[in-house]
Amino acid sequence: MTAAFRIAGAGRLTPAHEARFTFDGRSYAGLAGDTLASALLANGVHLVGRSFKYHRPRGILSAGAEEPNALVEIARDGARRTPNVRATVQELYDGLCAVSQNRWPSLAFDVGAASDVAAPMFSAGFYYKTFMWPKAAWTRLYEPNIRQAAGLGRAPDQPDPDRYASRFAHCAVLVVGAGAAGLAAALAAAQTGQRVILCDEQAEPGGALRFESGVTIDGRPGWRWAQETAAALAAMDNVTVLPRTTAFGYYAQNMVCLAERLTEHLAAPDPEAPRERLWQVRAGRVILATGAIERHMVFADNDRPGIMLAAAARSYLNHFGVAVGRNVGVYAADDSAYAAALDLKRAGLGIAAIVDWRAAPEGAAVEAARAAGIEVLAGHAVTGTAGRLRVSAMTVAPRAGGAARSIAVDALLTSAGWTPAVHLFSQSRGRVGFDAASQRFLPQTYAQACASVGACKGTERLSDAVDEALAAGAAAARETGGRRRKAPRLDAETTETWSGGMLGVGDESAAAPRAKAFVDFQNDVTAKDIRLAVREGMRSIEHVKRFTTNGMATDQGKTSNMHGLAIAAETLDRPIPEVGLTTFRPPYTPVTFGTLVGHGRGRLFDPVRRTATHGWAEAQGAVFEDVGQWKRAWYFPRAGEDMQAAVARECRTVRRAAGIFDASTLGKIEVVGPDAARFMELMYTNPWQKLDPGRCRYGIMLREDGFIYDDGVIGRLAPDRFHVTTTTGGAARVLNHMEDYLQTEFPDLKVWLTSVSEQWAVIAVQGPNSRAIVEPLVDGIDLSDAAMPHMSVREGRVCGVPARLFRVSFTGERGFEINVPADYGLAVWEAVWAEGEKHGACAYGTETMHVLRAEKGFIIVGQDTDGTVTPDDAGLGWAIGKKKTDFVGIRGLARPDLVAAGRKQLVGLRTADPKTVLEEGAQIVETPDQPVPMRMIGHVTSSYWSANCDRSIALALVENGRARSGQTLHVPMPGGSIAVEVTGTVFLDDEGGRADG
Amino acid sequence: MADALVRADVLAGRRAETAGVSVVPGAPASRLSLRAPQAGIAALSKALGLALPKKPKGTAQDGTRAALWLGPDEWLVLDAEGVDLAGLCASVRTAHSAVDVSHRNVAILVSGPAAETVLAAGCPQDLAPAVFPVGAASRTVLGKVEIVLWRTGADAFRVEVWRSFSDYAFTLLAEAARDA
Repeated sequence: MTAAFRIAGAGRLTPAHEARFTFDGRSYAGLAGDTLASALLANGVHLVGRSFKYHRPRGILSAGAEEPNALVEIARDGARRTPNVRATVQELYDGLCAVSQNRWPSLAFDVGAASDVAAPMFSAGFYYKTFMWPKAAWTRLYEPNIRQAAGLGRAPDQPDPDRYASRFAHCAVLVVGAGAAGLAAALAAAQTGQRVILCDEQAEPGGALRFESGVTIDGRPGWRWAQETAAALAAMDNVTVLPRTTAFGYYAQNMVCLAERLTEHLAAPDPEAPRERLWQVRAGRVILATGAIERHMVFADNDRPGIMLAAAARSYLNHFGVAVGRNVGVYAADDSAYAAALDLKRAGLGIAAIVDWRAAPEGAAVEAARAAGIEVLAGHAVTGTAGRLRVSAMTVAPRAGGAARSIAVDALLTSAGWTPAVHLFSQSRGRVGFDAASQRFLPQTYAQACASVGACKGTERLSDAVDEALAAGAAAARETGGRRRKAPRLDAETTETWSGGMLGVGDESAAAPRAKAFVDFQNDVTAKDIRLAVREGMRSIEHVKRFTTNGMATDQGKTSNMHGLAIAAETLDRPIPEVGLTTFRPPYTPVTFGTLVGHGRGRLFDPVRRTATHGWAEAQGAVFEDVGQWKRAWYFPRAGEDMQAAVARECRTVRRAAGIFDASTLGKIEVVGPDAARFMELMYTNPWQKLDPGRCRYGIMLREDGFIYDDGVIGRLAPDRFHVTTTTGGAARVLNHMEDYLQTEFPDLKVWLTSVSEQWAVIAVQGPNSRAIVEPLVDGIDLSDAAMPHMSVREGRVCGVPARLFRVSFTGERGFEINVPADYGLAVWEAVWAEGEKHGACAYGTETMHVLRAEKGFIIVGQDTDGTVTPDDAGLGWAIGKKKTDFVGIRGLARPDLVAAGRKQLVGLRTADPKTVLEEGAQIVETPDQPVPMRMIGHVTSSYWSANCDRSIALALVENGRARSGQTLHVPMPGGSIAVEVTGTVFLDDEGGRADG
Repeated sequence: MADALVRADVLAGRRAETAGVSVVPGAPASRLSLRAPQAGIAALSKALGLALPKKPKGTAQDGTRAALWLGPDEWLVLDAEGVDLAGLCASVRTAHSAVDVSHRNVAILVSGPAAETVLAAGCPQDLAPAVFPVGAASRTVLGKVEIVLWRTGADAFRVEVWRSFSDYAFTLLAEAARDA
């Protein structure tokens, strides 16, 4: 069934290819190739939405990406519900289901429209001025109600089930826009053999050729030439043509981001196919052929459904075969609207009148209109319109004064001229300049290797645009090393030239008390709002914009910015360039989060790093914790155990028998070269020159400022080879820190750094039975205390594979750390486990590791230190080589503040009640009997229940802490203050004999 | 006893195949992180039996052994037969650093006509044959992780990635394979 407003023989769609769709539950028929907007118009539907603030009925303004009004929700299913889809760019597919937004209970009758009647209240800055007090009302009353009343669309409430893809691409020439100019530029660049990417936001190339009826290029009708040229380009090996692809962001060094929509137009998308794809294109040269955007006229009640841009009506007719009305009015300040009127007239539609704002328009277009019998009212303005849900009449009056008359219309086309689309040029940091003659901002100073061609550069004649595009395409290819080829010639002819245009309000009817002459349709900003903003003191367009929200909707003011600027300038009585142009920012049109995220969700959100024994721990029921990107076994609960019980058992077992712990995530750096010891002397506070091969030492690394940066046990494998360990979290940055110093401060040293963190799986076996467990697995290493004392390292074999065996202890017990090549980690772990079970060992996790080290007062960098702690503060002054004359941080340590008395020092805390476990991070005061805010003298850094001590233990940084030993301090908490006694940091085995025994 | 131990390949059993590309784990290999100043290149080349490349993106290959240039004083040396590469360098007297990283890295082999496109999902580097020809190698990134990428054939790449990042790298390549 042919829709009522589809004109037989007009347009390029195939009548046989029907596609059914629904809008607000009603079923309609459209054609394949329609947009949702064209299909609605074909069915005579103009009312498609309600406005943001006033809930005024709104129709379809444009036929493209600049659309501010026709925003609808499209839902494929519950999870695939997209709000704020521009009906003018949504391609129709069979079964498309669209609903209108921002209305209740229905589109035709919306209660919210009461705010339109109350409009004088809602002037610019209304929210800023009105909802000032009481403060509490904001969260409870104002904000919820404003959010309910305003806002467009409903955000989806289910996870997005679609896939999104991403791709990096490189090319010599990227051409943005496949209109006549873009195609010509791509053609010239492509024939040099250079890599060319051509993208266009529309489904089909052609740009303005979609509606311009009188164009001939290369002897062919413009539209046909565009399709054939794009197809020819796509067939070339060196060219990528991307339709439905918006270049939305232009970043540094010619990085341009494109959003390609792959399935949005399909009735039944392949669930395997990504919905959208993000392209990050690095281009040698960028050619911007982004065209121009038509502006509407600003007059009272210029927003009724049925009022639209002239070129849009032309697109609907010439491309989609749709009549936007049968008795159409035109209100214009430029010639292009005449071409629209003539096309409509030729299609048999009535043109009620052309109201031309200009006093004495002349030229071919005007003559043609008059010759066609169209009434041209020169020097007139439309001062108002009538019609509730659709325009029914326009009121026309001579601008010089005189009687107004009402002319019945069922659609009103307006055109105030064309604004060059300089968005991407501006994003590239190029500077625009105001061309006073044409009243346009045009590209002036380029900041990157790009060129603008065609309408976005302000070029008016088609043949000029094509010529400059061919030249730019050839130049771009040549400059990037393409074969030198003579630029092709293309003859381009058109029957029309456009000139004219105006900015600002058409006439003073816009200022009438109840008049609303919209500048920004999407944010409901009127001419009066902008004038009010100026009167209230806004001088810069940036302030006017923020005060009125003009141009701040998702359309980013594509149709409104120039009008808003002109009205502000006129009110300020200053020239437009002095008032300034707001900055263009990405994205050019809205981009889905899915496109930006691409593959980076779920498993690919961030790398998850697992050790070789992860699966074993999982099978044992381990609970894991995240440590950076690593998953580490936290504790190993047995049946019936909670975390506390499991940790208490693990802690006791390690000290009574033994425990086995996966320490693989520790950072490991191999420092190799004849100057290795000299380098170590410089990077760590400790002395290294005299450390014998086969021995280990606990090292502290400082930053230049003298504060602790990292720590770890370091083994000397050979005179020229150290095996350095770092904290898990510090692995990457410590290597960078070392490499930075090596390359910039100590480049003469012959030493090299290699990360071996992942080469070695590390199995710590700790506890009195550790030697008995390890011994049967080791070949060729004497494990006796005499041969291998605490803090030593040997190379040999464990379970037959090459191993580095450390005798070290982070628990205070006798302990070994077995390093084996990572792929053997699991097998060796299982062998160790089998031995361990014979000797009563358990597997333990990071929580037990933390408790055991705290019982011994061993610090964890980043927990007991915070970037303001010196070795002496941490009680580690002994680790500074007293005879050393240089190391990173040595000068920092001498700063007055770092040697001053009263610094915070690490101490132990014992709660008066041994059962009370302090909260980490809790503040410490001398006495709770003081007014709030109390003077805080420190805080708890580590706190645990210690099963081995049968009481709570804690470490804390406290002002002048070591001198306070024995003092009672207080930890104020919401439930009351907790008394604590200051002690040393070692809670168990003060003499440290257990590690040696 | 070594034979009794099971070597656990972290990507064992993983595989992604589409019409255009195959993504599979590489076999275990020995790997050496080699650092040396210019003065050491000749002796080390001799010890390793192949001329260490001196140019960016350069590689040298001899049979089952290959050296990939990673920096003016840095190479990744690979041997598919599992030869003790550090041992080969032990006799070289000029200052250098040879560190065994056989287990640090995992290899992922990406091959097929869509291989370049699949890698381009996460690798910002220009992989066009004119810029990154067969034999080229470089340290680069894939999504959020660092990799060493080596073009071993017109449609074949070897990705070297740290062990614990290999799950991420493989998963990303497998996802990308669905879009190529």
